[in-house]
Amino acid sequence: MARFTPHTEADIQEMLEAIGVETLDDLFADVSPKFEDPLDLSPTLSEYEALRDVEARAGENVSGMPIFLGAGAYDRITPSSIGAIISRGEFLTSYTPYQPEVSQGHLQAIFEFQSVISELTGLDVANASVYEGANAVAEAALMTARLTKRDPKVAVSAGLNPRYREVVETYGVEVVELPFDGGTTDFAAVPDDVSGVFVQSPNFFGVVEDIEAASEAAHVVDALCVAVCDPISLSVLEAPGNLGADIAVGEAQPLGMPLLFGGPYAGYMATHEKFVRQLPGRIAGETVDQDGKLAYVLTLRGREQDIRRAKANSNICTNQAVTALAATVYAALMGPEGLREVAELSISKAHYLADRLQDAGLKLSYPEAPFLWEFAVEMPDVDRVNDALLHNSIVGGLDLGDGTMLVAVTEKRTREELDALVEVVANAG
Amino acid sequence: MLGERSLGRLIRDKGRKGRRGYTLPKPDVDKTDLEQVLPQKSLRKEKPGLPEVDEPTAIRHYTNLSRKNWGIDTNFYPLGSCTMKHNPRANEAAAAVPGFASLHPLQPEKGAQGALRVMHELQGFLSEVSGLPAVSLQPMAGAQGELTSILMVKRYFEDAGDEGRTTVLVPSTAHGTNPATASMADFKSVEVGLDEHGCVDVDELRALVDETTAALMITNPNTCGVYERNIAKIAEVLHEKGAFLYMDGANMNANLGRMRPADAAVDIMHFNLHKTFSTPHGGGGPGSGAIACSEVLAPFRPDPVVEKEGELYRFVCPEKTIGRMSTFHGNFGVVLKAWNYIKMHGPELRDVTDMAVLNANYVRARLRGAYRIPYDELCKHEVVVQPPKGKKALDIAKGLIDHGYHPPTVYFPLVVKEAMLIEPTETESKETLDDFVGAMLELAESGQEELEEAPTQAPTRRLDETRAARQLKARW
Repeated sequence: MARFTPHTEADIQEMLEAIGVETLDDLFADVSPKFEDPLDLSPTLSEYEALRDVEARAGENVSGMPIFLGAGAYDRITPSSIGAIISRGEFLTSYTPYQPEVSQGHLQAIFEFQSVISELTGLDVANASVYEGANAVAEAALMTARLTKRDPKVAVSAGLNPRYREVVETYGVEVVELPFDGGTTDFAAVPDDVSGVFVQSPNFFGVVEDIEAASEAAHVVDALCVAVCDPISLSVLEAPGNLGADIAVGEAQPLGMPLLFGGPYAGYMATHEKFVRQLPGRIAGETVDQDGKLAYVLTLRGREQDIRRAKANSNICTNQAVTALAATVYAALMGPEGLREVAELSISKAHYLADRLQDAGLKLSYPEAPFLWEFAVEMPDVDRVNDALLHNSIVGGLDLGDGTMLVAVTEKRTREELDALVEVVANAG
Repeated sequence: MLGERSLGRLIRDKGRKGRRGYTLPKPDVDKTDLEQVLPQKSLRKEKPGLPEVDEPTAIRHYTNLSRKNWGIDTNFYPLGSCTMKHNPRANEAAAAVPGFASLHPLQPEKGAQGALRVMHELQGFLSEVSGLPAVSLQPMAGAQGELTSILMVKRYFEDAGDEGRTTVLVPSTAHGTNPATASMADFKSVEVGLDEHGCVDVDELRALVDETTAALMITNPNTCGVYERNIAKIAEVLHEKGAFLYMDGANMNANLGRMRPADAAVDIMHFNLHKTFSTPHGGGGPGSGAIACSEVLAPFRPDPVVEKEGELYRFVCPEKTIGRMSTFHGNFGVVLKAWNYIKMHGPELRDVTDMAVLNANYVRARLRGAYRIPYDELCKHEVVVQPPKGKKALDIAKGLIDHGYHPPTVYFPLVVKEAMLIEPTETESKETLDDFVGAMLELAESGQEELEEAPTQAPTRRLDETRAARQLKARW
């Protein structure tokens, strides 16, 4: 009997009788070709045994150490309240809120998520989230093509996370490369046939870019400017909407989501209200019920695949409701001051580390460039340094493959951990 | 009036300037002066209008919001094509283990062997269940699994120098994501009609398939809950013209251990791990749309897949990959839960399908007479019914809410007027089904006026959806 099925033999017999067949096999009389062998899967385990296996596999991963990896996913503090809220069955075990009368919880939470993203980005309207950061970037690229009525072709620089760029290319968007020098992008020479100009700030190397310059360059050629921003950074950096960006997108993982080996996270997307019909994904809007009571509902549904089918603006169906809820609860608990404190702690610690590394004789890849909490540092043999770090129970930074290591520092890192890293690097270098 | 009523409703309205809901560690290094290290014009002038609330207020706010939401945990949720089965909490426990929860996605392979092994094993499980040799866990939802599959087909033809493949065929019963996916991959989607059983009309298909056809996107069992009995024939028709058969695996809960897509010559398919393998839906995500495919299509899978080399699990980029579909390795947390669920079942996965199909057929048998059943023959894991003449599916749906049941999917599939697509899943007891049927029978007899009033017992009455669209307000 299936593990989570309540039926007894008596239930099954009564039900088969009601249906008018004799055996369970009879229910599959129409199936052809049939599969009649037992499935060749590992033996059935009890919950206890299965979870023991989970623990064993978890033990084969390196964990419980300070992490200096970033590059799109950050080891940040996650308040305990988030887990308590998102594990509530009413949220966790529901589906897309198609029946608004019994889905007001998620609908209002989505409305609040959209509000948080709108506030952070300085743009009018946000969607309910998409799968994750790279997909938000790719969807934004397609959005620029629809809005400009041009072929999907976007200008990016090496400052855009290379994995985001790869996903953009998978989605069939042509990519032209902008010059990248001294840690920042040169937007002076944007081709005039692109649909979008992308600017990631802080960029892949942690450096703050000039979003205003990117917007101006985009608008000169009648293209749209897409800013890719870490939401935590928007507590200290100017909102992209105030710098001329038409669309802001990014990865919401830093807002209270565990690393979990790359997902689930949530991608966010925001834009001007005039572009909302080309915004993909779910949008929750305010309305009233027939008694005049305020309520929320999925709206502008004419954009979506289940209504428009082949003419929809994207095939996206689900958003990332539960992880977006985590981000919403995180933003609520932190508030504007807490979010700023997270950013400032990270910046202070990252700059402390960069200074100590330079004191130890190491060189930053872009010593003149303004950075927040991530920076590239020159190291002839990153692999060897990372092995030495691991030996000292530290997960080092990302090997960029060109003799540099990308180091991320969050509010979680202690001075002791930073000093320990410097010591190992200095000795291993 | 609205403003007054809404006072204190949103989390932002429940705060006061200066309140904080979380305390961070005290700084242990000197504070960096932002004005010193960042360009003046890059600094934020006005702080974002976020809530300023204390922790108790936040917890109460979101807990009370949750109480205005129904889930499988609170109510029977027979939403067709969504497989709202019980979500075992062991899955959640698995994803909370620190060795996974705190694992950075760019951790070198040697420091993530446990995670890679889980992925490798799940690839194997999905291969066994589908009969297809190659798997990718990259896609993060069913719709992305569809897109991945169709992009792989597209890349296959590009690689083969076969340039005339411009069309993807989609049955009229298909999920909306199918034609939307075809468009997104730059194919023209062409609809195929149905035979008298609600299945793909093989003769019509034969007439449509030619050298411009890239693939047919079939859902099996289809969205009427009917098994596509000609699926092997359909594959043959496509293969004769060099086209592929793609299977939308949204309804795999009807197939486990009873039918393997590969045996029907399906070339490529996606799974919805959040449906078939019980990882929760979470109010519309996250999901996972893992795909499985034939050897011919395997080199085109997204980057990366996990392979075992000696004792080491490694990420490998397939030779002719379409590229990445996500920043890292897909929704690993969902993968981990599905792996755990399959391990708790092993070969008994077949019982899951048997009980799901038993439950759907039982509901069909019990509703017969009071409701019209357009395809009243064996159904698989779900059944499509129509209300008695003169009654609307929407009204019955809202009426069900007052009886404590989440409505089935309504007005889908599009080919059935006033469709109500009921998928009970295997985790519901006979008593629950009997009670649900009782409510359905009662509603079939209810007066129209009474039905149109429903729901009256839910957190809200029916909503003004037009207003939401016309006077868009999507933020505070």
